[in-house]
Amino acid sequence: MLKFIALRLLQGMLVLLGIYAVTFVLVAATPGSPFSSERAIAPEILAQIEAFYGYDKPLGERFITSLGNVLQGEFGPSAVYANRTVTQIIAESFPVSIKLGSISLLLALVLGVPAGILAAVKRNTWLDYLPMSVSMAGICLPTFVMGPLLALVFGLILKMLPVAGWYGPEYVVLPATTLGLYYAAYFARLTRGGMLEMLNQDWVRTARAKGVPEHTIIWKHCLKGGLIPAITFLGPALAGIISGSFVVETIFQIPGLGQWFVRAALNRDDFLVLGLTVLFAAMIVIMNLLVDIVQVALNPRLKYD
Amino acid sequence: MTDHSETAVLGKDSAPVIAEEELVEGSSLWKDAWARLRKNKVAVGSLVVFVLICLFCVLGPFLSPYDSNAQDLFSGAEGPSADHWFGTDTLGRDLMVRVMVGGRISLMVGLVATVVALAIGVIYGATAGYIGGKVDASMMRFVDLLYALPFTIFVILLMVAFGRSMWLMFVAIGCVEWLSMARIVRSGVLSLKKQEFVEAAVSLGYSHSRIILRHLIPNVLGPVIVIATLTVPAVMLLEAFLSFLGLGVQPPNASWGVLINEGQANMEIYPWLLLFPAAFFAVTLFCLNFIGDGLRDALDPKSAKD
Amino acid sequence: MPLLDVDDLTTYFHTRDGVVRAVDGVSFNLERGETLGIVGESGSGKSVTCYSLMRLIPEPPGRIERGTAMFDGRDLLQMSPKELRKVRGDKISMIFQDPMTSLNPYLRISTQLIEALQMHRDIDSKAALNKAIEALEEVGIPGASKRVFSYPHEFSGGMRQRVMIAMALITEPDLLIADEPTTALDVTVQAQIMEIIKQRQNDLGTAVILVTHDLGVVAGSCDKVLVMYGGREMESGSADQIFYRPRHPYTRALQKTIPSLQEKGQELFTIPGLPPDVSKPIHGCAFHPRCPYPKIGSPEGERPQLEDIEPGHCWAACGFCDSSAPIETVLAKADDHVAEPVDGDA
Repeated sequence: MLKFIALRLLQGMLVLLGIYAVTFVLVAATPGSPFSSERAIAPEILAQIEAFYGYDKPLGERFITSLGNVLQGEFGPSAVYANRTVTQIIAESFPVSIKLGSISLLLALVLGVPAGILAAVKRNTWLDYLPMSVSMAGICLPTFVMGPLLALVFGLILKMLPVAGWYGPEYVVLPATTLGLYYAAYFARLTRGGMLEMLNQDWVRTARAKGVPEHTIIWKHCLKGGLIPAITFLGPALAGIISGSFVVETIFQIPGLGQWFVRAALNRDDFLVLGLTVLFAAMIVIMNLLVDIVQVALNPRLKYD
Repeated sequence: MTDHSETAVLGKDSAPVIAEEELVEGSSLWKDAWARLRKNKVAVGSLVVFVLICLFCVLGPFLSPYDSNAQDLFSGAEGPSADHWFGTDTLGRDLMVRVMVGGRISLMVGLVATVVALAIGVIYGATAGYIGGKVDASMMRFVDLLYALPFTIFVILLMVAFGRSMWLMFVAIGCVEWLSMARIVRSGVLSLKKQEFVEAAVSLGYSHSRIILRHLIPNVLGPVIVIATLTVPAVMLLEAFLSFLGLGVQPPNASWGVLINEGQANMEIYPWLLLFPAAFFAVTLFCLNFIGDGLRDALDPKSAKD
Repeated sequence: MPLLDVDDLTTYFHTRDGVVRAVDGVSFNLERGETLGIVGESGSGKSVTCYSLMRLIPEPPGRIERGTAMFDGRDLLQMSPKELRKVRGDKISMIFQDPMTSLNPYLRISTQLIEALQMHRDIDSKAALNKAIEALEEVGIPGASKRVFSYPHEFSGGMRQRVMIAMALITEPDLLIADEPTTALDVTVQAQIMEIIKQRQNDLGTAVILVTHDLGVVAGSCDKVLVMYGGREMESGSADQIFYRPRHPYTRALQKTIPSLQEKGQELFTIPGLPPDVSKPIHGCAFHPRCPYPKIGSPEGERPQLEDIEPGHCWAACGFCDSSAPIETVLAKADDHVAEPVDGDA
């Protein structure tokens, strides 16, 4: 078990290293310089600034230096927002994103998983058709359509909820719903599929032949295996919620990491892009590790090795 | 019916004869699938709606009196009217024509990027499945790794780094969406390889290319068609996402993602600017998903509902 | 009063492509401790018969159309789901064809073994576990006290079927329904499993319904035999009656297919053609198209009625062929003709 976790952690580190390298190359390949964007600067001053940030060195050396810094937890300064380091920006905005993201993910699970179980158990009744049609609609209304629509209806027409900013609990509702509903739809479909597969197994018949009541069959015999597809999807769901936050935070003007990332990418804020990419990737890698552990715990046929 | 020895002789051979027919005449499988698909009202309805949307987008601009980029600042942002059925945008451009033209690009992305994904996925998956063993294991481990990566981030960086070219976007999206395809093809090939009729073909001394052409491809085709149909909406989604962030299709060109972005910027005052493109986009995704589901049920009756 | 008295059991499946008459008016009965073999080819309705008794057929599309199944004085087919649950696993247990898929891979053997006990007996979990270990030992699983905590995938197919038997018999039921318990197993293991079933049956006095397509298995272990074809009863009687005095052409043909009963060096006999498509109505005798006997009259007509030949021995008295001669004679005659392939609706 410990060996399994250590091995997966090591693998995760390697993945992060790879991501860092690819991101570094992509950022370096972007034309122009992070410092030339704002206003015209004299070439010699620009050269000085670039030298200060180490941009006069060859690419390989820069990569090693920056990697060394990152490993020490030092992501460097923001190239565009003077006087602020990447670490400061992350420290400010990360809690916002974590809150939005975790509420969304929770919402997705709380809505999606029970709906999926219900649909599977009540297969081919309206308790199946209704949630499944709603979830199909959900899958076809991505965040950038759902967000504006929710804002339009609940914010601007019904005036029930605020549509911009990040001040109190009521500000979480629309963005978290926008992000969460989409993945609730996925979880519902995956859970339904997983549960149906379990319910159609021969051993369910065996359990019925033993006189096991239906609810015990669902909870004791089928839930473990039936949840596996949904659990496997947690990794991609987190990745999707992160990229969804780029959109949602823009629509609802939330001061989270997502908005920073899009701006940083567009403004060539190299250190910020690198820092945020590593952070996002690290979260996803950790989530995948957790998913792996849970999967082995649920499925006795898998082993920690 | 008079002489039973004949039937007895025939009976002994009848089982292998039937197996051979099933193997060679794959067409009955497709006929069955078509019959099943036609019975699926949701899928057929979706197909009809989807074809109508395609015709609307492809032919519409030729029939419309307006040019998608012709600005008319005096009739800016008017609601739907007899002249402009979908209204006009803030620059006075006819929204209906812009939805058609945007749809062309969105649909094209769907098609081109899916073909890219299809090509990569099928080649990769078939190779892994056919070779098998350690090569297969490590190739699939690589796919698992990629699955877990924040691809949208890479696509965003790629678009920033190499300019916001439409064709680059097609390829970039295709490169992201091939993973499921590879998995499906690989597992299909792998399971077929184990099946007796392939073993039989091998033992009969058929060449590799004959086995692949006659046995593997026809049998993997079903799942591939299904997954390709389902990749189209995924790809269109990613394009719209990028365009929404300003990283995809660039103005004055339009895609549904661009139009939705423009619409949501002004939705407070001009909600139709959001509603029309959003509706077209959502309905198209809806149809494609239902067609994909219908195809899956038709081509893989085991997974179909009773 | 017999332990189980089934009368006119009829189960149809209502599918999109039509009504599948899987079981069509089957009757039989079974005394305590007796063994009934139900024999037939695939698709003859023998498994559906058992599932219908346990009410385990998926509804819809399946439906038990009519009939009664009096078990210990109560009709299984009329029971409420709650009453039924009390009977299942307690009074009637079942083991299935494929032990690889019949055990839940997500739960420990121990959990699955004691489940029926917990469901039907007032027993604490420690005592239940001891009983489970005992049950495993009785079916010959070495190291039962340790292996009881294993998961199914850690057992071989034969071992899993032993676990299934232990699980089914742990509540000492009055009736065990074994649906082709050896079909999915290696030949060497098959005999062991049959031996275990027989031995446990003797220990516990359980009545057994043994479903099989292998007449050889029936010969060694059954008191009574029911021969099914196309969802219908063709012939039934004591094992001796069925083996020594088979009356129905199908029973006779089936017997010819047992390799060990044939003379050495003879070509193995197979019944030509395929079992009937039960999704289409069957007129007259179900076996008629494949029957090797000389036919008389039109194959269309009334369904043959069950007719007693001697006490306890009846057959679906078929008037469509002349089945008076032994089958050997008929087959020998047929072999004299020069075979010329004809397109067979045969």
